[in-house]
Amino acid sequence: MAGLLEVGDLSLAFGGIKAIEGVSLSVLESETLAVIGPNGSGKTSLFNCITGIYRPTSGAIAFHGASLLGHTPDEIARAGVARTFQNLRLFHNMTVLDNLMVGRHLHFAKNLAAAALRLRAEEIRHRSRCEEIIEFLNLEPVRKSRAGDCPYGVQKRVELGRALATEPRLLLLDEPVSGLTQEEKEEFGYWVHEIRGRFRITVLFVEHDLRFASRLADRMVALDHGVKIAEGTPAEVQRHPEVVKAYVGN
Amino acid sequence: MTSFFQYVFTGLSAGSLYMLVALGIVLIYRSTRVLNFAHGDIATVATFVAFSALSHKYSFLAAFGASLAVGAAVGVAFYLSVLARAQREGANLLGMVILTLGLALIIQGVVIWYWGADPVSLPFPISDTRTYTVGGVVISQLSLASLGAGILGSLLLYLLVQKTRLGLAMRATSENLMAAQTLGIPTRLVLSVSWGAASALGVVAGIFLAPALLLDPFFMLDPFLKGFAAAVLGGLNSLPGAVVGALVLGVAESLTGGYLAIHFKNTLAFGIIIVVLLVRPEGLLGKEFKERV
Repeated sequence: MAGLLEVGDLSLAFGGIKAIEGVSLSVLESETLAVIGPNGSGKTSLFNCITGIYRPTSGAIAFHGASLLGHTPDEIARAGVARTFQNLRLFHNMTVLDNLMVGRHLHFAKNLAAAALRLRAEEIRHRSRCEEIIEFLNLEPVRKSRAGDCPYGVQKRVELGRALATEPRLLLLDEPVSGLTQEEKEEFGYWVHEIRGRFRITVLFVEHDLRFASRLADRMVALDHGVKIAEGTPAEVQRHPEVVKAYVGN
Repeated sequence: MTSFFQYVFTGLSAGSLYMLVALGIVLIYRSTRVLNFAHGDIATVATFVAFSALSHKYSFLAAFGASLAVGAAVGVAFYLSVLARAQREGANLLGMVILTLGLALIIQGVVIWYWGADPVSLPFPISDTRTYTVGGVVISQLSLASLGAGILGSLLLYLLVQKTRLGLAMRATSENLMAAQTLGIPTRLVLSVSWGAASALGVVAGIFLAPALLLDPFFMLDPFLKGFAAAVLGGLNSLPGAVVGALVLGVAESLTGGYLAIHFKNTLAFGIIIVVLLVRPEGLLGKEFKERV
């Protein structure tokens, strides 16, 4: 059966350097899939290919049966793929609430006629969606703060909220807990888990932290030097000799 | 004391037109990081369009509308057909700035070819010789209208950027292009709107400057440089900075002309650029964009 996202034999090269080499994976509807691997293993490059920031050298990417290749990042976002970034990319000079409202932008555009006819109702609908996310992620105390003034852990949450505001079908999280304290990691794990239950969103995340990844994921894919070295349940992948070698060395 | 107020008023009126130029420069700079050297020339060609429309006995409003449309169209077309493409091919910032310089030279050529290099005067419905006297300060209709145009133009821009959905998309795009794209914002469209709006602001300045100066192919060079100085003074990526910078520059210039020597009036703008770059390179209200790496 075909998954929500199908990546087939994907390769990406920058000049002579191969960032990704023949990676295939599929993300099934409503599962949580983790892509793990050491630094420089091609995880973020994979995300950048899926979201249209990089153009892969060869291979196929299909979302819901339609190819994403050759589409611009904004078209891919409108198709229902949202993401967060490893090095946060917030709108620092806007309030937390405005950051989320930017995420609503694509739904404003879709309902342009409705928006023009009943501006007020449309605006209120978007606000209430943002309020729901603010409540869910505990952002109430900082909603009117400048995003750039918030502590790092809060900024991570804002970025997650902004991605949720687009109401995606597939959410890509790039190292969601890097740089967080142990406590914040626990909290974040809870939210990622809840996203699936409450918003029914399929999650694909990249993680360096093996323990965090195996606790959250239904399945895992391991990359090393741009090549897929293992795939399966967290327990299987963790014990896979290639994975152990990649993480611990020989 | 009366002459002081006279200089201040004259300065504010001139400053409000510098403000329109500066706002356009800043709008483009903060969304595409490109310094648009063709900003003045786009206004020049659009003002000549108004001149032609008025010579063909069209109403002033129609001529004004046509010149706004032409200015905006030139800005949008240049962005979409040249700059966006250059960017996609990996041109660096300096290269793109040089492209705007190229556009400036092309427009100058077109203007000289079509309208000639001889100065003409723009028939303008608002007179600069009809004046009012308020408490000893002489206020011409034109300077009052310039002030009004500056205020109205910047107010409209403020409403667009701060109060509309498109404005939110513009702010998002200028702050973080990649993030805006992955949230579904059609950034190319949004940036072309910025180019159109910026060019239109410059055209308004051109139309109101033309009656006081004579219309020739280079009449916007001086106002463009003043607008540029004002933008640097206020902070190249700050719209409020452009407003403050332009008004300060306008008044300072007028006071210099009045109390020191008229010869230094134009020198002042560049003196200001040098001092600002030495003392506070981000400008009065500018903030450096920082990115976590």
